[in-house]
Amino acid sequence: MAQLFFFYFAGIIVLTSILVVALRNPVYSALSLLIMFFHVAGLYVTLHAEFVAAVQIIVYAGAILVLYLFVVMLLNLKHEDRYHAQFPVGALLGVTILTEVVLLLLQQHGDPGTPVAPPDTVPPAAAIGNTEAIGEALYSTYVFPFEVASLILLVAMIGAIVLAKRDLFDVNRKA
Amino acid sequence: MIPISYYVTLSAIVFITGVVGVLIRRNIIIILLSIELMLNATNINFVAFSNHFHNVAGQVFVFFALTVAAAEVAVGLAIIIALYRSKSSINVDEFQLMKW
Repeated sequence: MAQLFFFYFAGIIVLTSILVVALRNPVYSALSLLIMFFHVAGLYVTLHAEFVAAVQIIVYAGAILVLYLFVVMLLNLKHEDRYHAQFPVGALLGVTILTEVVLLLLQQHGDPGTPVAPPDTVPPAAAIGNTEAIGEALYSTYVFPFEVASLILLVAMIGAIVLAKRDLFDVNRKA
Repeated sequence: MIPISYYVTLSAIVFITGVVGVLIRRNIIIILLSIELMLNATNINFVAFSNHFHNVAGQVFVFFALTVAAAEVAVGLAIIIALYRSKSSINVDEFQLMKW
């Protein structure tokens, strides 16, 4: 049953991620990325990461994709006719790296994959919920990265306004 | 129980799709979407290993990757709007001002 779910999610994820790259119309690319985000969230649920799955849907599908679609429709693009001129180089590179990864993983697959972590370090995951566990780790061990993340969001907000505003620094000269 | 190598393979395929997308597309918006694909591939790896080692730190790092992705999208789309305003195009071949 778990295998069935994994292969369904993995198949849709691979298919839609290829469609994102291959489709000509940017709106269709963004919509297939939306389908991919939902299936990645489903994969997270099968991995017992319910909080991350919910955040994936809310932030990626709810905020980021809407921002993309907004910009695509704002710019009113005509779809491009062909790929970049370096298409053969890119395809060759992709095939090479993919072959390399598959070879490495087949090599790894020879010995039975034993979990490296000893089982006695397992936290009581059943007693404490996924969201509570993430919250405790986030606000105790990772509190400094958390603050840095908020700073990154502030910088991104200011940067986006400065970049997208038409004449932010010309106001004084015109007046 | 699904072996961890399946998740690594899935993540590698999605990541390489993103790399190829960055290389072969000429529309800057699609290039940013391909970068999102790569970030999602790393997130799949994080969550898979978090489940494998029964350690919640991987999911915390997915949270940080999500923050960086949101910041990157905001700044990237602002740059795209500024570029479109200057040349009325978002084809990467048009923008070679800094090409050596």
